[in-house]
Formats: sequence, structure tokens, C-alpha cells
Amino acid sequence: MELHKFICINCPLGCSLQVEVEGADIISISGNTCKRGEVYARNEVTNPVRVVTSTIKVIGGEQGVVSVKTKDPVPKDKIAACMEEIKKITVKAPVHIKDVAAKNIAGTKTEVVVTKEVREI
Amino acid sequence: MTDYELVIIGGGPAGLAAGISARKNGIERILILERDKELGGILNQCIHNGFGLHTFQEELTGPEYADRYIQEVRKLRIECRLNTMVLDISPERKVTAVNPSDGMFEIQAQAVILAMGCRERPRGALNIPGYRPAGIFSAGTAQRLVNIEGYMPGKEVVILGSGDIGLIMARRMTLEGASVKAVAELMPYSSGLKRNIVQCLDDYGIPLMLSHTVVRIWGKERLEGITLAEVDEKGRPIPGTEEEISCDTLLLSVGLIPENELSKDCGIVLDPSTKGPEVNESLETTSEGIFACGNVLHVHDLVDYVSEEAELAGKYAAQYIKESKASQPVECIKEGKNGQSAVYRKEDKSSRPAELIREIRLIPESGVSYTVPQKISPARMPEQVTVRFRVRSIFHRCSVGVYFGERCIVQKKRLIMAPGEMESIMLSREKLREFPEIKTITIRIEEQMEEA
Repeated sequence: MELHKFICINCPLGCSLQVEVEGADIISISGNTCKRGEVYARNEVTNPVRVVTSTIKVIGGEQGVVSVKTKDPVPKDKIAACMEEIKKITVKAPVHIKDVAAKNIAGTKTEVVVTKEVREI
Repeated sequence: MTDYELVIIGGGPAGLAAGISARKNGIERILILERDKELGGILNQCIHNGFGLHTFQEELTGPEYADRYIQEVRKLRIECRLNTMVLDISPERKVTAVNPSDGMFEIQAQAVILAMGCRERPRGALNIPGYRPAGIFSAGTAQRLVNIEGYMPGKEVVILGSGDIGLIMARRMTLEGASVKAVAELMPYSSGLKRNIVQCLDDYGIPLMLSHTVVRIWGKERLEGITLAEVDEKGRPIPGTEEEISCDTLLLSVGLIPENELSKDCGIVLDPSTKGPEVNESLETTSEGIFACGNVLHVHDLVDYVSEEAELAGKYAAQYIKESKASQPVECIKEGKNGQSAVYRKEDKSSRPAELIREIRLIPESGVSYTVPQKISPARMPEQVTVRFRVRSIFHRCSVGVYFGERCIVQKKRLIMAPGEMESIMLSREKLREFPEIKTITIRIEEQMEEA
């Protein structure tokens, strides 16, 4: 049996959540004050995901870098691999919000999209 | 001198939302003055996501959130001047500004909305002994360098202060390859959002050292390290707890202060607690026709609340402009007895009638550090007014008490309240009018009585 501990992020209470896991099954969730804590704990154990945001190089733009994000949240353990690939991306100005800068980033089937308008100079 | 109905100082989230709202409330001649080369303000450097959950029911990054408003401003053809620094606002609402293409110029506005945002508390406000080497940045400066200019400020980082920008930068610097050694916080709790503590520190194994501060800065040309010490309950370093950490970069995330140089010079009364202008229910400052919203009024934790507040400021400024037009001196012709006619001016109504002037003061007490607005006119107020406030420290199992004079009107139970989370209560006009005599409304945090 494995014991996972988290701080709940749903409100300033910040409950210390404990999840007992046996193989792929959740045995118990404790420490939460409300239902939202339980749902959060369940997700954090079974499939913790995050949206990765960063910047990529822009050539010939008003600014040297432009902000990007993964279109969908990626598994937490893929964040480092995503960053490695994101760092290598270069785009040419102009770029627009929702422009796709990379596809299937680090094998996550998620696109990296531009989040800011950068005009050409 | 050019004339505008409304001049908005600042093109960040507050200024943009205020402009859009004023236009939708029928104001034609609006001008937004922005210091930077683009609209959007600080949102442009806040590339992380989590903005707009309240406003758009989706999680946007800062630049995307700003873009929604920028597109709307363009669609509504609201005039904006970029690279424009406002130098002065007079109580008569004459705005003096300067930019590279127009030089120095003056604008007469019927109403002004202050939306200048806030500034970070600098190192000078902290009194940390040591040299002044390169490598010490406010967290927001580092954020701009990394996210807009594309430069990394350093490789080994310590962050002092656990405000949200500090937490966000701990993650950002880590993702860009720096080693973030610790986030030190003077208080026994963090003022940052729980979500940021988990997703920016815990996710990357960065330690949050509560009740710790930087007591010494090492290095002459470039920062070489800092000394960290634990502090007692009064915030004094405890001898013997010092620990040296080598680092080339120290980021400060030690609070934000509304940027009110222009307001002060204009003679607007500031609230010593918020450090922003004192306002009434219409978000009008003590200077008639000058309104305020966003972080220049009080520092918010969510941009959604800034947009909401700015929308109100835009609406109230529009109302003011329309009312002052309606009450402008009108030339009337009066028939004289012997057929002569005389031209006279109708009485100037800009001095408001007595019932509109009567104001109730809101008083923050035991545990409440401030309220916005600071005063309410029962005659002018809409059906409901949202009063935003913050608590001074963490309270468990407490209640928010609202008192009309001595009489308790509302008691709202709360499991927890923290200084980092802005709170609000609603006051209704109907309720206020039941008590025509009251002069003050007090808001206090009370221990919850155990039920027998």
C-alpha cells in the first residue's frame, strides 16, 4: 500500500490530503473538509496534469520571444520533456494567438500554441 | 488643448475594461493613455495560465486575457495613445502628458479614470544590510526580463517573499534551467494563493521557508550569496539560526503598492491602509469627476475582480459625464415686464443636493484591514454595493460581522479567512434606507461562539 500526501488547492484552507493507494485502486481519501478536496485528491493520484507555459524565440518580431502554452494539460511527469522541446522552437514574426508552434509535444499528442500577438518589424 | 469626455490613465486590464464599459454606456469621446509601447499592462508578462476563470469560464494566460479586451477596445474604436506618460492631472481634470510624436500636450477631460496599477516594493523598503551588487531584482522585473525581453537574470536563485509573483517566478526560473534554492517568507504563512504554492513550489520540490528572512547580502560586483535566518513572532531574526546560501540572483516578492504619484499631486485623499484613493460607492475619489479602479485603488489577487471593478468605474464615470451635461448652465430667456428680454444663466447644479452628499463611512475593525469603498451615499447607491476588504491575519472558524452603528445586521460564518484572499460582502440600498440615522457601518471579524 502506498500513501500520497497533497495540499488541497481549492480554497485557502489548504487541507492536508492523504490518499491510500493499493496498486491502481484508491483505498481511502482523508484530510479533506469538503467534496472538492476528494475530487482533487483523486485526480492528483490517478492523473496529475498541468498546462505548461513558456516562451519561444521569434525572428524579426517587435519582441525577441513570444509566450506559448500547451493547448491541453500534459501529464505532470512530461513537463521537463515538454520544456526541452519547447526551448528548441523558433518562429518567424508575425505570430498570432492560437498559431500552432509545435505538434505532439514530447509525445503528449498536445499542440504548443502561441498566446500573444507579435508584429513584424 | 483637446477636449475629451473621458480620459483613462493606463491601458492595463483596469483601463481597458473601464474604457469598454464607458463606451457601452454611451460615451463617445474616450482616450486611453498608456506608458508602454503596447496595451495590456502587466498581463503581457504574466504568461502563466489561470486568468479569466470568473470572467470567461476558461483558463487563459495573461496575454490572452489582455487580448480579449484589446480586441474589444479596437472593435469599439476607442482611441489610445501609446508611449505616453501622464505628467499631471489637475483637480479641474486637465491632463498633461508627453510622448515622442506629440511632444507635451494638454487635454481637458470631463471625467478621468485612474487605472495606473501598482508597483513592487523595492529592496530599499526592506533594510537588508550588505553591498548593492548586481543580481538583486524585484520578481516582476525578472518576469519581464525572462518573458518579454528573453533574458535569464541568473542561474542560482533565492526568492524572498512568497507573494504570487515570487511563486510564479520560482517555477518559471526552474523551467528555464535555473536552480531555485528556497523561497523565504517572513510571515508564518504565505500571502500567495494555495494553487501557486502547490503548482509552483511543491511540483518542483522548492522549499518554502516560513518565518525566515534574508539578513545579509554577500558579494560586491555580483551577488555571491545571502544569509537566511529564522525570525521570532515579532519578525526579529533569531541569533544562531543563520544559514548561508550561495546564489547569484535574489528575487524580491515583498508586496505591491498602488502607484499614486499623480493622484497625490492632484490632491486626492489616499487611504493609508490601501495606499490607494479613498472612494465612494461610485468609485469616485475625493476629487469630483475623478474615478479609480484596479490595482491603483487597492491591490487585487485576481484580474477578474479588476475587470469587474473597472467595468463599474466606467459605468459610473459615464453616468457622471451625462449628469454634468444635463446640469450644465443653460442660457434661458426671460420675458421682462415691458417686453424686454433678459438672458440669465440657470443655477449651476454642480454642487450636489444635500441628500446626495450625505455619506456613511465604512469602518474596518478588529481583524479587517481596509474596505473599498470607504464611504457610501445611500441616495446615490445602486440596489447593491459590493464592499471588498482584506483581513489582517489568518482566522479560523470566524464570522464577518456588519454593524449599522451598534446594530449587527449581517453575520456570515467562515471556515477560514486569510490576508492573501480578497473578501467581499454586499450591502443593499433597501437595508440601508431602513436606518436613515446611521453615520457609520463597521465590519469586523469575530470569533465564532460554540453552539451549546
